[in-house]
Amino acid sequence: MILQHTADGILSGAIIGLGAIGLSFTMKILRFANFSHSELLTWGAYFGLIFVSVATAMGGFGGTFGPLSFGWPLILALVFAAVATSVLALLLHHLIFERLAKVTGHMTMVFASFGVALLLRNAVLLIFGADPIYYSNTLQFAVLLPGNVRVLPDQVFLLALTIVVVIALHLFMTRSRTGIAMRATAESPDLARVSGVNVNNVVRWVWVIGASGAAVAGVLYGLTVQLRPELGFALILPLFAAAILGGAGSLYGAVIGGLIVGLSENLSVMIIPTTYKPAVPFLLILAILYFRPQGLFGEKK
Amino acid sequence: MTRRLTATDIVAGYRPDLPILHGVSAHLDAGEVVTIIGPNGAGKSTLIKSIAGLVKITSGIVEIDGADRTGTPAHLLAGAGVAYVPQTGNVFTTLTIRENLIVGGAALPKAEALAQIDRIFDQYPMLATKQSEKARVLSGGERQILAIARALLTSPKIILLDEPTAGLSPMAASELFDLVRGLVADGAAVLMVEQNAKAALKMSDRAYVLAEGENRIDGVASDLLENDEIGRIFLGARPEDVT
Repeated sequence: MILQHTADGILSGAIIGLGAIGLSFTMKILRFANFSHSELLTWGAYFGLIFVSVATAMGGFGGTFGPLSFGWPLILALVFAAVATSVLALLLHHLIFERLAKVTGHMTMVFASFGVALLLRNAVLLIFGADPIYYSNTLQFAVLLPGNVRVLPDQVFLLALTIVVVIALHLFMTRSRTGIAMRATAESPDLARVSGVNVNNVVRWVWVIGASGAAVAGVLYGLTVQLRPELGFALILPLFAAAILGGAGSLYGAVIGGLIVGLSENLSVMIIPTTYKPAVPFLLILAILYFRPQGLFGEKK
Repeated sequence: MTRRLTATDIVAGYRPDLPILHGVSAHLDAGEVVTIIGPNGAGKSTLIKSIAGLVKITSGIVEIDGADRTGTPAHLLAGAGVAYVPQTGNVFTTLTIRENLIVGGAALPKAEALAQIDRIFDQYPMLATKQSEKARVLSGGERQILAIARALLTSPKIILLDEPTAGLSPMAASELFDLVRGLVADGAAVLMVEQNAKAALKMSDRAYVLAEGENRIDGVASDLLENDEIGRIFLGARPEDVT
């Protein structure tokens, strides 16, 4: 039983970690808690749905990949969702957050992000309706792993893709000049500026990377459960818990934080009633803020 | 002598309604070291931050090589040959030494930046040896060398230093002043804020004394060193007592 909960925890933790990367960068570089970030997961999932629906209506691109429930349309939908969600995030940045940042403080940005979250969530409701939707109606059978652990093939794909995305982001952050400039800006925006870094460009990259991670997490989450307008909102607490646990601005912190949150949530049901499971991320936030406010991978000021 | 920098009647501060500088003027020629001294709160750091594009100038003009650069964003000034080394937090401690230098070359094309990094490593072998280590492991003196090396990557014509010897041992401070003199020998011009007034005046060509956000005295550094009034009024001690 414990192995099954561990496997479930790792799988949900991978999605939380992917989604939390952008939130963590936003907190560090843009210096505000963006409560609308979770809605980017929802929009990413629905952008993916638009692509899959259009591709399927046009005859699709063949069948499914082996035991997986999807084929090429969903792979391409991941790319489409990442691009479309990045455009949406950049629009939000230019129309709302960038303007507010010039004339107001961080708390106003936080409150504005609440408003943006409401707007985005209700726009999904208005356009797509409240009924749950699935990417695919293909019935999947769980694979039995050693230790009597059952996982769906789609979940294995989810984990593998998460690992690929994290490695790609690691290489971007450590090998590319833009990635290094992002880390520099996270530590000291003024020093980055006087070194010749265009911080405005860095901020746009933060939105693009954050939105892309959120979109991929949204599509993967939609793949393993179902698409609903509250998809992202349901993850808001785990996302914040992962970002705070890992330490603002830390790629690895967000991923490890996501895994800790996912594992804690799923393992907690062995000792507390399932109804209390959503409270686990909240307790983790309280614990980390008390014992290590800078997070596991954060630098102490 | 080529005029590198002219700052005229600069009014600037961290809040538009609360200026710290009330019309300060200064200039800098190629090949000279100019020091800004004055009591705490005089606006010394604010002046070089406003020249570097970090503090908003509400009125006045900053000219670089004769071109009006007032209000130019800091990252474009870096590309235009203005380097600024802050007093504290002047290296990225979470980045490796090599990554610090990569950031320093952000305004350059990639190939040129990499060539400049190799040049810096030839010039400062200590940085080459430790290039893969995080900057946080460096001593105070080593950090200042990295900070200046990072600023030198763009081969700047104007170097702005904010209290470069703060927190350094006398020996490290002396080595740093030697490094600064070497920079101007290579053709750069240095505008420096320094609390270590006597030592700074000894190695400078000219100096400005600021007080309460205004120019008070300026002139040849050796003359100011002998000026009793400066020590008594602006430094809180006679120049010979200032260490």
